[in-house]
Amino acid sequence: MASQGDEAEQRQAVIKCESVYKIFGNNAQSLLQNAQGKIDAKDALAAGCIVGVNNVSFEVSEGELLVIMGLSGSGKSTLLRCISRLTDATGGKIFVDGQDLLTMNSKQLMEVRRDKMGMVFQNFGLLPHKTVLENIAFPLQVKGINTKDSIERAMNMAELVGLSGRENYFPRELSGGQQQRVGIARSLAVEPDIWFLDEPFSALDPLIRKEMQDEFLRLQSVLNKTILFVTHDFDEALRLADRIAIMKEGVIEQLDTPANIVLDPATEYVRKFTQEVPREKVLKIEDVMDPYDSTEEMSDIKVSKNAIIEVVAEQILSQDKAVGVVDDNDNIVGSLHSSHVINVLFGNRSQEQQG
Amino acid sequence: MPSYLKSSKAIQFGVLFIAFFLLNALIGPSESNYLWRLPPLLKDIPFLINDLVRGLMFEWMPIDVYDPSIDEYEQKPLFREITRAISSSFSFVINAVREFILGGSKTIVAFSSWDFIKENPWAVWPALPWTVVVGWAMVLGYKLQGRNLAFLTGVAGLYIAAFGQWSPSMQTLSFILIAAPVSVFLGLALGVFAYKSKAVEAFLNPLLNVAQTMPHYSYLVPIIVLFGVGDHAAALVTILFATPSMVRLVLLGLKNVPTDVVDAGRMSGCNDFQMLFRVLIPTAKRDVLIGVNQVVMQCLSMTVIAAFIGAQGLGSNLLIALNSLRIGTGLEIGICIVLIAVVFDKMSLAWANKQTDYFADLSFTKRYRHFLIMAAILVGGIVMAMIGSIIFEEDFNYFYIVPHNKGLTTAPFWQAGVDWVWDTFFYTLKSFNEWLITGVLVPMRDAYLAMPVVATFLLVMGTAYILAGLRSALIVGGFLLFIAFSEYWDRALITMYMATFAVVVSGIIGITLGAACAQNTFASKAVLLFCDFLQTFPSFIYLIPVIMLFGITDTSVLIASLAFASVPATRFTVEGLRSVPPVLQDAGSMCGVSRLQRLISIEIPIAFPHIMLGVNQTVNFALMMVIIGAFIGTIDLGQLILKAISEPQGTGIGITLGVCVAFIGLAVDQIIRTWANKRKLALGLN
Repeated sequence: MASQGDEAEQRQAVIKCESVYKIFGNNAQSLLQNAQGKIDAKDALAAGCIVGVNNVSFEVSEGELLVIMGLSGSGKSTLLRCISRLTDATGGKIFVDGQDLLTMNSKQLMEVRRDKMGMVFQNFGLLPHKTVLENIAFPLQVKGINTKDSIERAMNMAELVGLSGRENYFPRELSGGQQQRVGIARSLAVEPDIWFLDEPFSALDPLIRKEMQDEFLRLQSVLNKTILFVTHDFDEALRLADRIAIMKEGVIEQLDTPANIVLDPATEYVRKFTQEVPREKVLKIEDVMDPYDSTEEMSDIKVSKNAIIEVVAEQILSQDKAVGVVDDNDNIVGSLHSSHVINVLFGNRSQEQQG
Repeated sequence: MPSYLKSSKAIQFGVLFIAFFLLNALIGPSESNYLWRLPPLLKDIPFLINDLVRGLMFEWMPIDVYDPSIDEYEQKPLFREITRAISSSFSFVINAVREFILGGSKTIVAFSSWDFIKENPWAVWPALPWTVVVGWAMVLGYKLQGRNLAFLTGVAGLYIAAFGQWSPSMQTLSFILIAAPVSVFLGLALGVFAYKSKAVEAFLNPLLNVAQTMPHYSYLVPIIVLFGVGDHAAALVTILFATPSMVRLVLLGLKNVPTDVVDAGRMSGCNDFQMLFRVLIPTAKRDVLIGVNQVVMQCLSMTVIAAFIGAQGLGSNLLIALNSLRIGTGLEIGICIVLIAVVFDKMSLAWANKQTDYFADLSFTKRYRHFLIMAAILVGGIVMAMIGSIIFEEDFNYFYIVPHNKGLTTAPFWQAGVDWVWDTFFYTLKSFNEWLITGVLVPMRDAYLAMPVVATFLLVMGTAYILAGLRSALIVGGFLLFIAFSEYWDRALITMYMATFAVVVSGIIGITLGAACAQNTFASKAVLLFCDFLQTFPSFIYLIPVIMLFGITDTSVLIASLAFASVPATRFTVEGLRSVPPVLQDAGSMCGVSRLQRLISIEIPIAFPHIMLGVNQTVNFALMMVIIGAFIGTIDLGQLILKAISEPQGTGIGITLGVCVAFIGLAVDQIIRTWANKRKLALGLN
């Protein structure tokens, strides 16, 4: 756990937010000037303002997938729109690759969007008058790439997202899942470094959603982009995220890895989300293993530290002795006893229910 | 106000009517009593407008203009120079298009001089044989949509040529080909400005409101004063009339572009230009194209009215035919206009739905196939015209240009039909006519004229207050006040009585018909299709068959208004009833309602606001038709507007009268629209 955090710090921060505020209302500026740190919701209401994003700071490092999770009205989409500058933040600083995004003029902003950013929208945002190919090629053509090259590139993208054979369909002729594949292909067409996804799968049916999440993980394993992913679905966040930022009323309640959030929720609000989560499906062996004690007598079988508990639980529970945990190079890095597994899975839960 | 008055609309209306009739009974006609008629305080408005226009045209901002014929600089007013420049450029373009099809030498003159033409008899642009024009149009139709549209175009072309309407049709076409694109362009530009700037929108909105409800006629006089008479003036009137609906639809379309699409455009890195032309306008394409379609339809509906100020073509021929009661000819010309309208309609829609194929790797001949075919048609047509000159040596060359009124005609047949109708049903029609006039119309008109002005205000503003609230009541009062202070209150009452009659009857017809058809999916579709078809007819066309039956009387106007105004009432009723959510129908069924109960207690209450919007349009259509009816002799505002065309003070009078009519329409619109929106909100629709 700690090692992962260190790793992230060593890599360069691609996106960096410092005390970002977004306040709606006429008195936004005066409210902001009087504020020290977090703005109180009551003060805002008294000033006739609504605070969308309240003193948010975080960093996203290269290749990291940060999920911003929150219920509707929590300010998660507003935050994303501030970082993509679809709306202008009221205060604070946002850096993309070290460049101050908020001081850019519209021309610089346009260049950044053309080269560095891609975005996927909840309701797809496809151009209804263009075919699949034309939609995917659109950001390229906007940049001034000629029709032949852009269409060729769009063909490749369509293949990448599994839309081969439907290149000449219009958006209205596609299912929701297929439309979002077009949206994904379009957002990736310019090969951006930074990928924004604003509730990309929320408008889809549960089964399709699962399929698209798998597809998304597959793409990310190939492309390794820096990603900001907004969702209101906690399970989705757990499945996809390297780190999760949980938002409530414009404030980040907790920002941590999925395992840490599940095992150690920072606030009561976060705890409510984690209660119903099936831990065996979320936690990896390394999240719950004990340090390796060479004196201890070990079982014959070994499990990978990256394995999800659910997958190997039966194996571990069948052993009387502790099971060795190995890393990718087959070195033993920890041990796990079946009683510990049971405790992790069911122990806390009964306590919570009593409390 | 006591609370029970607020609670029940029925009681409110009851009180209102009692007060209204009391006022009617108490106040008798009297010249000096302001409760009876308001003094014409605003009677100077027409003159003010006239002075303003005259000042602009002859005095304002004199500039030095070089006159080559006397080789000196002359002082000329700037505004006049501008309007002259606009006039001459429009004339030039219209003539160029016209002569490209029909031949002539005016375009060549524009680049040289009349002397040059006289000295060089060869310097005449030859007409294209009609076969070539029709052939090209068919290729265009084929390229845009396919065989069906090509066939339709061919039939239309053949009809026009065969019935000897070729030159007038092409004359009409030439000014539509100028007026429609200019209107579309202006509409797009203004719509985009209004979308970008709230201030522009707030400025344009009332102007558009008035422009859309002003009767066609009232545009004519100011245009004559500013731009003179002729095809260019006709094109300008048409543009003035056709642009507002385009602006409206462009604005509506742009506002309806989903935010996700706008954001996607921005995140793709569009600059303002790319945003507008590659994201916003294409996404709003549906509404923009409905706008284009409307523009074309408005242009065609103006063909007849534009003939009043000198547009050549089908319109002026139709006018002459109707004036001399040659109904058969009128009918044939009317069909020409409708055919052109239908072809334009289909072509613009097909053009909109075309898509590009990126994978076609075509050879030269395939890629330029259509151009090659068009070239072949040109050669073939010319050869045919030459052969024709041999065959028809003594006669007209029918393969080149079919001369006006020298083609086939079915006019005698229709004339005989009309005669037969008159012979057979003369007494029936006459007695119906007389009964309608003496039994219904005259008493109704007298009742309207016997209303004291306060009573009218009370009734209208009271209704507005009860249905739509205080704000609407005040707005409506403002509209009425303008009319009451003008000299035209009595005329306006006559217009109102005719419109009321038309609205009541066509409302009943339309709602009944609509409600009946809405019970059945097939019937609904059929009736909506039929409404579409009827709405492609320019309003003047409706006058032809009724004149056939009832001659030139108020009855004709009213019946034409009924036919014209029933269409929106029917359409909105069907749409409203069909769009009642199925879950409500099911809920009703499970409560055990009968078919009739369902209609009365579920469907009609839910659909009522939408139906009322239909009635709103019916009011506008009826007003428009009643005013057009002045052409065949009604005595209301319309007739005054028509008279104003030939008067020296016409500009001011025409505009004032037009505004009066527009205000009547806007007052009704204000009440119904506000009420319908409130009601829809209350029902949780939208």
